[in-house]
Amino acid sequence: MGERTRVYVPRETAALSLGADEVADAIARAAAESATAIELVRNGSWGMSWLEPLVEVETGGERIAYGPVGAADVESLHAAGFLAGAEHALKLGPTRDIPYLSEQDRWTFERCGLIDPLSLDEFQRHGGFAGFRRALEIGPTATIEAVKASGLRGRGGAGFPTGIKWQTVADTSAEQKYIACNADEGDSGTFSDRILMESDPFTVIEGMAIAGFAVGASRGYIYLRSEYPLARTVLTGALDAARRSGWLGTDILDSGFDFDVELHVGAGSYVCGEETSMLESLEGKAGLVRFRPPLPAIEGLFGRPTAVNNVVTLGSVPKILVTGPEAYADRGVGRSRGTLAFQLAGNVKRGGLVELAFGTTLKELIEHWGGGTASGRPVRAVQIGGPLGAYFPAALLDTPLDYEAFAAKDGVLGHGGVVVFDDTVDMAAQARFAMEFCAVESCGKCTPCRIGSVRGVEVIDRILAGENRDVNLELLDDLCDTMVDGSLCAMGGMTPFPVISALKHFPEDFEASAGATR
Amino acid sequence: MATKYDQAIAAEIIASFDARPELLVQILNGFLARYGHIPDEAIVQIAQALNLSRADVYGVVRFYHDFRTEPPGSTVVKICQAESCQAMGSRELTAHAERSLGIRLHETTADGSHTLEPVYCLGNCACSPAIMIDSRVYGRVDAARFDALIRDPGSA
Repeated sequence: MGERTRVYVPRETAALSLGADEVADAIARAAAESATAIELVRNGSWGMSWLEPLVEVETGGERIAYGPVGAADVESLHAAGFLAGAEHALKLGPTRDIPYLSEQDRWTFERCGLIDPLSLDEFQRHGGFAGFRRALEIGPTATIEAVKASGLRGRGGAGFPTGIKWQTVADTSAEQKYIACNADEGDSGTFSDRILMESDPFTVIEGMAIAGFAVGASRGYIYLRSEYPLARTVLTGALDAARRSGWLGTDILDSGFDFDVELHVGAGSYVCGEETSMLESLEGKAGLVRFRPPLPAIEGLFGRPTAVNNVVTLGSVPKILVTGPEAYADRGVGRSRGTLAFQLAGNVKRGGLVELAFGTTLKELIEHWGGGTASGRPVRAVQIGGPLGAYFPAALLDTPLDYEAFAAKDGVLGHGGVVVFDDTVDMAAQARFAMEFCAVESCGKCTPCRIGSVRGVEVIDRILAGENRDVNLELLDDLCDTMVDGSLCAMGGMTPFPVISALKHFPEDFEASAGATR
Repeated sequence: MATKYDQAIAAEIIASFDARPELLVQILNGFLARYGHIPDEAIVQIAQALNLSRADVYGVVRFYHDFRTEPPGSTVVKICQAESCQAMGSRELTAHAERSLGIRLHETTADGSHTLEPVYCLGNCACSPAIMIDSRVYGRVDAARFDALIRDPGSA
């Protein structure tokens, strides 16, 4: 017996939700029974969720993929000789050559799936911490300039230029400043933060350290939603490992720079993903949003200058510093530079994470990558950018995926979540849900959101019941205007987007009889 | 879980967060992990230890969906109600779950075995519809798989 064959089985939520642990157990058992020595690696996910659990075998210097593998498939895989890369109905060939992956432009997610998420050695062998070292070399000012030159904008949804935010924090003098990593990824149809945190957590920590160094912050917080228990475990392990090996703490790499990160877990509130609500929650309070100004960059956490950045934003920075900002800025279109990790979700055949330069059309994403609907029925509506994003009809699928092109069609790209619906969807029910969700999740601080959402549900119900239809449609329109113009934050301010778009593109679903026949 | 309230243990939880008022949400998460809910006694004790009013603590408890004040059933089942799962039949799945367990969302079965709750996104949207049983997430759950998982959550 020579070297042990290395077998990879992801420990990532999507894979686990389809039985990856049971598959790993079955593989270990089969190997033990046949006295074959294997090394079982629990990697992160490549993001090809439709192929999960995706099992890989390292043979001949290559990783050969099999998937989707169920525990019941392991016996036949073993009998076929999958540990030597043998043929099998589930064999997908070399992982790197799977078109879904090879045709992507992996920047932020380049190590996801490749490495054991908690191995600092593997992280560094594949370029980890090179960006942080580079920042320490060039200094805070040049680091901020590089982020500005890259054109990176906030990937959490708002799309604010990251370098300018950092500049504001850097320019505001204070004894204590903070980095707050927003990991409260609550939008339905989005999971890129989760995949990055579960599959390559050190990248997030590295991005935070770079941000801290650039703006002069010695403390960082990660605000993680409670619905992500695995990300919590992985981040806790990664923070411990980074501290033990001196990547967090005092005088990091003898640079004189001190930085540490505390992990906070939320408690099931959607609105806490709004940056000021998140800051309140990080202070131990109810997540009531704050008035702006002052901007968090000037008066943020505990009243101190705070750079609030999304997980993917922070995770995109290290490579920008390694390659130089041009390589990132060369990707994309218009003012949308670099890559966005799109997340294909809902009724789609091949759901997963697709990192691409901005500019591909929605249609290409859904058809080429997604393979159309899972049900095989025609696409009728697509919601992009989470529960506060507009619904697009099939006629708008040629919209290029960039911030401005979406804004021009009254949509938002947001965090890059794409939820596909087939022709069985009831768009009046979706519009009603948008208001209902806002009523459940509103923080309650401002009236347009707190009361408007409740009235919104009622008015939609009246329209569907055929009660004073025209009057109530006008009322709904007015109500939406009030919410858009009068709400304190995006929760109330954008809830009308799915409602208005559903009314505009799918008016037939709001006929009084529509609900009854569907 | 569902352990009897114990002031000494509660004091330990609070002390593990250095009784810092800015860690109130984290402290309450600690109680949730220990007791499965936030007992009334905890609100009193936390308020004292953190030098906050009971109303302050209660206000925070009330704000967050996770901080239930009644003990849940021994198994908590959450069904995602958000858009991606709706696109894959979560409304029908929820109706099935309600029928199958004989309770509505937010309710607990009479024998205390199951609590059914809505959740808005588990981040498993590429494998919708998703549910969570205690702290484990399951993907592509149809009615048959739901019933199998209720009988045996290990039958992934």
